[in-house]
Amino acid sequence: MRNLRCDVLVIGSGPAGLAAAYQARECGARDVLVIERNAELGGILPQCIHNGFGVRVFQSDLTGPEYVARWARMAAEAGVRTLTRTMVLAIESSPDGARRRVIATSGADGMLAIEPTALVLAMGCRERPRGALAIPGLRPAGVYTAGTAQRLVNIEGYMPGERHVILGSGDIGMIMARRLTLEGARVEAMCEILPYVSGLRRNLVQCVMDYDIPLHLSTTVIDVAGRERVESVTIAQVDAAWRPIAGTERVLPCDTLLLSVGLIPENELSRAAGVMIDPVTGGPVVDQAGATSVPGVYAAGNVVHVYDLVDDVTASALRAGRSAAGCACCTLLAESCELPVTAGENVHHVVPQRVRLPLVPEEGATLELRVRQPVEKAVRVRLSADGDVLLNKRLRYVRPSEMIGLALQPEWNERLTSAGGLQVDVEEA
Amino acid sequence: MTSYDVIVIGAGVVGSMIARALARYRLRTLLLDKAADVGEGTTKANTAIVHAGYDAKPGTLKARLNLAGNAQYDRVCSELGVEFDRCGTYVVAASAEERISLDELYARGRQNGVPGMTLIDGAEMRRREPSVTPQAVGALYAATGGIVDPFGLCIAAAECAVLNGVELALETEVTGIVREGRRVAGVEIRKQMPGGNLAVQKLASRWVVIAAGLWADDLLHSAGLDGLSITPRKGEYYVLDRVAAGQVHTVLFPCPTAFSKGILVTRTIHGNVMLGPNSVSISDKDDLACTREGLDEVMQGALKLVPGLDRRQIIRTFAGLRATQRPTGRSNTGDFVIEVPREVDGLLLCGAIESPGLAAAPAIAAYVVDLLRGAGLTLVERPDYDPTRPVQPRFSHLSREEQQALIARDPRHGNIVCRCETVTEGEIVAACHAPIPARTYDALKRRTRLGTGRCQGGFDTPLAIEIMARELGVSPLDLTLKGGGSRLVTRQTKAVA
Repeated sequence: MRNLRCDVLVIGSGPAGLAAAYQARECGARDVLVIERNAELGGILPQCIHNGFGVRVFQSDLTGPEYVARWARMAAEAGVRTLTRTMVLAIESSPDGARRRVIATSGADGMLAIEPTALVLAMGCRERPRGALAIPGLRPAGVYTAGTAQRLVNIEGYMPGERHVILGSGDIGMIMARRLTLEGARVEAMCEILPYVSGLRRNLVQCVMDYDIPLHLSTTVIDVAGRERVESVTIAQVDAAWRPIAGTERVLPCDTLLLSVGLIPENELSRAAGVMIDPVTGGPVVDQAGATSVPGVYAAGNVVHVYDLVDDVTASALRAGRSAAGCACCTLLAESCELPVTAGENVHHVVPQRVRLPLVPEEGATLELRVRQPVEKAVRVRLSADGDVLLNKRLRYVRPSEMIGLALQPEWNERLTSAGGLQVDVEEA
Repeated sequence: MTSYDVIVIGAGVVGSMIARALARYRLRTLLLDKAADVGEGTTKANTAIVHAGYDAKPGTLKARLNLAGNAQYDRVCSELGVEFDRCGTYVVAASAEERISLDELYARGRQNGVPGMTLIDGAEMRRREPSVTPQAVGALYAATGGIVDPFGLCIAAAECAVLNGVELALETEVTGIVREGRRVAGVEIRKQMPGGNLAVQKLASRWVVIAAGLWADDLLHSAGLDGLSITPRKGEYYVLDRVAAGQVHTVLFPCPTAFSKGILVTRTIHGNVMLGPNSVSISDKDDLACTREGLDEVMQGALKLVPGLDRRQIIRTFAGLRATQRPTGRSNTGDFVIEVPREVDGLLLCGAIESPGLAAAPAIAAYVVDLLRGAGLTLVERPDYDPTRPVQPRFSHLSREEQQALIARDPRHGNIVCRCETVTEGEIVAACHAPIPARTYDALKRRTRLGTGRCQGGFDTPLAIEIMARELGVSPLDLTLKGGGSRLVTRQTKAVA
């Protein structure tokens, strides 16, 4: 087993991993290493050949491969080292908990044991599979998650099917509705169990409505038929408790069922490393710099909570990379206190779950939150500390699909020193 | 016309164990199955338990072969390199009434000769399995009960048979048993030929063994005999993520009813937790569909035993069918039907092999060999018979040093294809070139565990398609999930549909 050491080790080379590694180097970490399981850098982005990446970060509307190519070049120029085709098997902790050893494997290097000063978790997320939904029916070929279908089409060059029904209205599902249509296949319907679309509005317009794909809200798949290959699915409307309504069943002939029913942060390694996980987000509990409950371990991007825009992933990773470098260079403030952040009225979750004081301008601390329910009229997003209102932001509407960001102002430091906690509420204006 | 000594119809765990038992002798044996892989029927979808033997009615074949089969498991699994854990099983009583039925089970077990049974109280049950219901007032512990990899055992037994000279023909459906007067002359088969044509052919054999599970009655009828009628009884299951494994270390049964052993909660040999099965009589032998009602019944039943189960840990559902004899059957005794029918020569029937068929399988095979010998088949031992088979290394089971050595020997073992179950490219390659090669995605899953984890193949499927196509020398367009028309992809992009 080969032993390596480095200042900062980043697991995953998606947008989060590359930006965290880049920023760690920029902030003075000498030896920064990124581990990627695939043959190429970029995590899932190489298969995201649609545009919409980097509008804020680069002021350009890029495709996934273009966006990741820029970051790969920036990271390489900054002196970041990368190991592709390398898979992390385990994160081991020293008996006193102070140090970590990452065990990885690759065909070229065999087994590796890497001891970093700081570790950045950037493993991203995975798709929720059919089994997790327990969709009744048979188990023929032709049931794929939307991301698997995306890889088949965009990387491997094969079509998952010819007549598709898409369950769920997540962004990958909508992107694939358009992609499959452009490849000459048919998308018979998109069904969403919620009464509203769960992905971004722009994808609904550009990928579903523009291609006349029938969208059925408050509708789910209640049966899958076909012994060998999918032959049809049965859809039905659901009531408020998501129970199918008798008499609304419809059989849709198709050969493929695609699922776009949610993404789950990939935290098996984090759990094994003893990182505290937030049951609501499925990701590590972090502070505004991505620091987890384990000293020296940081997290960024979709491994923390699922983002809707890559630009926000990058921003979170830049914050984590900066603090990981600080840890590696021992420049972090030893004395600090933390405020818990509470998700209040109509707020599903807030990241970070705790804010470390004092706030400093360079770190660009931001609260990221999602609402529980959409409100299609003006709302106020209120940030308060023990009832003391710090911010009252008016928005024209809020939707669960669109993350809301609130910048934390260093000028609040004084008001926060005596506070017990922060809370965010979203209420109709 | 090709002539065999024995044709075994059905390459489930029973047929495969019979084929392996026959491979010991100088015989020309053919093992047939209509599916694209061995073990595609009841063998792949059951509770995977090696029952101790207290359930069956004393004096029945079920009781005798369960006990004898159970006792052979350590040896058979060690010879074949199959995962087996004699972890012990519990029947949990959740009321005073149920507590009484434990005594009956215990007495029946004693009568059947089951060793290692003890009755324990509720507190002791909770000490051993802390997640069990607080309502538990007692349990029957059976130390000889265990869990096994049922399809792994079937594949291993069939591979051992093949390595010892048994011929295997998959995707070969027996359409009927051919008779010449009193004598069985062979079988008529239908086989998918390259190019899509169906070829019909007759195969001659001195003996035909029916080990066709749900279809045993249809085959028996094709030989002009009746007396067996199989009604499938569906059982539905949930599989939970490995993270649930800390909750259940053994096998927890509820108290049995007249119809089934009830909905249980068990650790699987692969480290998951499994819930099920329910029990629903159906008419369609291909109906493997899960239903909302059935799955709800399973969850409610399982929660009665282990109230802390977390629905969010569900990663898979499936249904299996038990080959149960119709209650109105002429000769129905609720027992296995393993016999040489008197009306014809050259036919042996293994029928109604429902639970505990898996536990009994090694003993069924030995019993079948005895019946064949008794009916006049000459059995001469082959000096070169090898009861083992080569076992491929499983990367995730190795120590770091062994993993390092394996990668040094073959760098393809450093390439992890399935991240949830840590399956390497080297393991996929080995499965594609095994004595019975994995030719479908499901066959690959059963041999390597690829795609059986929490992402259910989301990440590995495109990679597995690429590697399998390369290793098997076929186009990805020809790869299927489970044979027949179950193609994984439909065309290349930019090609016209």
